[in-house]
Amino acid sequence: MIRFIINRTCQSLIILLVMSFFIYLILGLMPGDPIDLLVGSDPTISSGDLQRLKELYDIDKPVLERYLAWITNAVQGDFGYSRLFAQPVMDILSPRLFNSITLMGVSLALALLVAIPTGVYAATHPNSLLEKAINFLCFAGISIPPFWLALLFILLFSVLAGILPASGMQTIGDGSLIDRVHHMILPVATLSMATIAGYTRHVSASMTEVLQNDYIRTARAKGLLEKSVLWRHALKNALIPVVTIIALDFGSLFSGALITETMFSWLGMGKTIYDAIIGSDYNLALIGLLLATLLTLTANIMADIAYAMLDPRINYQKKN
Amino acid sequence: MMRVRLWLLGLLVSLVTLTSTEASTKQRLVIGVTQFPSTLNPLIDSMLIKSYILAMARRQISIIDHNWEPVCQLCTELATFENGRAKVFSIKDKYGRATGERGVKTRFTLKDELFWGDGTPVTTEDIFFTWQVGKHKETGVTNHQSFTDIIDIKVHDTKSFTIINKKLDYRYYALSGFNILPAHLEKDAFKEPRDYRKKTLYQTNPTHPGLYNGPYRITEIVSGSYIVLEQNEYWKGKTPGFKQIQVKTIEKTSALEANLLSGAIDYIAGEAGLSLDQAVSFEKRHSERYQVSYKPGLIYEHLDLMLDNPILSDLRVRKALIHSIDRTAISNRLFSGKQPVAHNKIHPLDWIHTNNIKKYSFDPQKARELLNDAGWNTTKAGFRYNSAGKKLQLELMSTAGNRSRELVEQVLQSYWKAVGIDIKIRNQPARVLFGETISKRKFTGLAMFAWLSAPESLPRTTLHSQSVPTKENNWSGQNYTGFKNQLMDQLIDSIEIELEKDKRKKLWGQLQRLYAEQLPAIPLYFRANSFIVPRWLKGIRPTGHMFTSTNWVEDWHVIK
Repeated sequence: MIRFIINRTCQSLIILLVMSFFIYLILGLMPGDPIDLLVGSDPTISSGDLQRLKELYDIDKPVLERYLAWITNAVQGDFGYSRLFAQPVMDILSPRLFNSITLMGVSLALALLVAIPTGVYAATHPNSLLEKAINFLCFAGISIPPFWLALLFILLFSVLAGILPASGMQTIGDGSLIDRVHHMILPVATLSMATIAGYTRHVSASMTEVLQNDYIRTARAKGLLEKSVLWRHALKNALIPVVTIIALDFGSLFSGALITETMFSWLGMGKTIYDAIIGSDYNLALIGLLLATLLTLTANIMADIAYAMLDPRINYQKKN
Repeated sequence: MMRVRLWLLGLLVSLVTLTSTEASTKQRLVIGVTQFPSTLNPLIDSMLIKSYILAMARRQISIIDHNWEPVCQLCTELATFENGRAKVFSIKDKYGRATGERGVKTRFTLKDELFWGDGTPVTTEDIFFTWQVGKHKETGVTNHQSFTDIIDIKVHDTKSFTIINKKLDYRYYALSGFNILPAHLEKDAFKEPRDYRKKTLYQTNPTHPGLYNGPYRITEIVSGSYIVLEQNEYWKGKTPGFKQIQVKTIEKTSALEANLLSGAIDYIAGEAGLSLDQAVSFEKRHSERYQVSYKPGLIYEHLDLMLDNPILSDLRVRKALIHSIDRTAISNRLFSGKQPVAHNKIHPLDWIHTNNIKKYSFDPQKARELLNDAGWNTTKAGFRYNSAGKKLQLELMSTAGNRSRELVEQVLQSYWKAVGIDIKIRNQPARVLFGETISKRKFTGLAMFAWLSAPESLPRTTLHSQSVPTKENNWSGQNYTGFKNQLMDQLIDSIEIELEKDKRKKLWGQLQRLYAEQLPAIPLYFRANSFIVPRWLKGIRPTGHMFTSTNWVEDWHVIK
C-alpha cells in the first residue's frame, strides 16, 4: 500500500508538470492581454504607456519564454505575482483555498449525512409514498439551477424573513465562529441541494443492486438483524461506486462553485480562478488551476485507498 | 406577576436599545459596488472603482467638478495666464538654441491645513517625490507619459512649486491625474524602482493612516470583499456626515439588489452598480423607499465602422445606416428615455459642445434613396444587391452576454432589414472583442461599444490618422475605424495647442461638424449611471464624468 501511494504521488507530480505547461500555453494563447484591457478604463493612457507596461510585465515576450521563466522560479518556491491583486499568488490563493475547503467540506459532509441514510431508505422501501417523494425531491434538486436557488434563498431568508445574511463571509467587525457559521448557512444549503439529490440517487441505485446479491440473502437466512445486513454488509459494497463519484466530483467541487461563490460573495477558488482567467492574470489562473488539478489527483488517490478499505479483495501489492 | 413585569421591562429596554442602535447605525454608511480595486496605489492601474474609493480618502491637486469645470482640491487656485501663474517659455536645446517649440511653467500653491492621516503635513516634498516615481519607467505607473512631459519641478517653499512642462497644450492649467504620494512613507519602497509596485505601502500596508489625506482613511481591507473607511482625524475640511463607510463588493447585480432590500447595504453606487434597465425596474417596485436618479455621462455608446470595408467606405451607405434607425425610439423604449441620443461624440454638457452640426433624423425613405444612389438598387427577397450581384450584408459585433447591447443589436438589425440591409450579428466575450478583434481591427463591419472620456478630451488616439493600429506600430492607437482625414488631423493638432477658449471652441465646433459629416462612427447615445439612494441619505451629487461623486463625500448626510 505504501509503495502504491508513493507510485501514485510520483505520477501525480508528473501530471502536474505536464498540466502546468498546457495550462500556461492555453492561457498565453488567449486573445487580449491585461494591458490592452486597461484602455477601456483610462481614456488618457497613451500608446507609449501601453507598450512600456507590456515590457514591464513581460507580456511582450513569447509564451514559451515566459513559461520557462515561471517554471524556473516555481521550483524555487516563487509562484509569481498576481497582477489583478498586486500580491504574491500564494497570498491570494491560500485564504481562498481555505474558504473553499470550508464551504465544500461542510457541504459534502452535509450531503453525505443526508444522502446515505435517505438513499438506503429509498432502496429498502421501494414504491412507498416516502420513496416516491424522495425521488421527486431528488429530481427537483438536480434540475434546479444553483443561480436561481441562491436568489430564492436570499429572497426568502434575507429579504423577507431577515434572519440570515444575504452575502459575505462575516459581518464586518465581527468574524466570530457563530457569525461565520451564520453566513455559511445559505451558501452551504445552495451547494448541498444538488449534491444531496445526486448522491441520494446513486446510493439508492447502488443499494438496490447490492441488496439483490446472494450473500445478502444468505445473511438474512443466517438470522442477522436487518440493521446489520444493511449497514454492515450491504452498505460497504454499495458505497464503492459512490466513492468513485465523490472522487471525480472533488476537483470540480472546489473550482466549480463559481456561481454560489459569486451570488454570496464568498471568496473561494472558483471565483478566483474565473476572475484570473477573465482578467488575464496568468500566474494566478495557472496556480489556481493547478491546485484544482492537485485536489482531483489527491481525491483519486484517496478513493483508491478507500476502495481497499471497503473491499478487502482489492490489493494494490504487486503480484509475484 | 413580578416575573411578567420584569419580562415586559426587559422587552421595553430591548426595543429602546434596538431603536437607538438603528439610529446610531446611521453613523455608518454601507455602499454596495460590483467591483474591487486591484491596487490602492493611485498611480498604478486605472480602475474606476479605485478612483471611487480613493476619492473618499485622498484628494488631488485639481479635479473637474459637477459643472464640468476644473477646480482646486489641494491647490489654492488653478494656474492660468490670466492670474499670472502660467507662463509660456521657449524650449532650448542643450546648446541654448531655441528649438521652436514652446513649453509652459505653471505655479501652484498647496492649501494650508493639509495633513496626511498620521499628522505629517502635505508639502512640496510629496509633489517632487511623486514626480520622481511617476517618471521612472520601471515603477509601473500607468500615465507615465504625463510625468515625463514634465522637465522639472521647482520647489519654492513647503507649499509652492512650479511645474515646467515641455508640452504646451490647452490642459496646462490643471494637474488632473497628478495623484500625490506621501514621500515620508513611500520613499523606502522606491529605493528599488522596479519593485516599487510590489513594495508600495498601498499594497503591503494599505491601512496605514499616513497614506491618506482626505476626509476618510482606509482602516480595514479584505481583498475582493470589502473596504472600511473611517473619519480621518487630521482632516481639516468639512466634517463628514458618517463616522464610518463600508464599501462591499457584490459582483452579481441581482445579489446586489437583494442585499439592498435586505438592509445589508444602504446604497448602490451609481458609478459601479446596477445597469440602467435593472435600475428602472427597481424604481418601479421600490420608489417609496429609494430615490433612483440617472446621470448621463461621458460614456459614448456608438458603432465603429470599418472604413476599409468597401461598402462602408461609401459615405452614402454610412448616411443611409444612420437615417434608417430611430435612435430616439431606442432610447425611449429600451431605456425609458434615460440615455439621451448622441449626435456626435461630444457630450451636450461639455462646454465645447455645439448644436450647429448635421443631425440625422429617422428617415428610412432618405436611406433608401442614398442606397439606390450608392448602387444598391436591386432587391431580392427583401435585401439589396449591387450591379455585380453582391449582397448588401454587414456584420455587427458587440460584447456577448451584455443584455442591453444584445437587445439594441436586434432592434438595429430589424431597422436595417426594413431598408434592405442584411445584418449578421456576431458577438464575442469582452476580452476577445477588445483584446483581439477590435484592437487589431479584425472586425469587418460595425462594432458596438462605448468610449469613456473626460470633459474636453482630445480625440487624438481615436480620430487622428497616425493613431490607426497596425502590425508595424505594434497595434498602438485606438483609431479602429481607420479614419484618415487631413482636416481632422489639422483640427486635432490645432486644438491641442490653442490656449484661448473662444478660438478653441470654434475649432471644436469645426471638428464636431466634420465628424458629423464624415461619420467614421454612428453615434447612438450617452450611457447613464443609475444612483439608488435611500430617501434618508442626502448630498450625493453624480458628476457624469471620471471624477466620481465621492470627491464630495463630506457632503453626504442623513436627512434631519
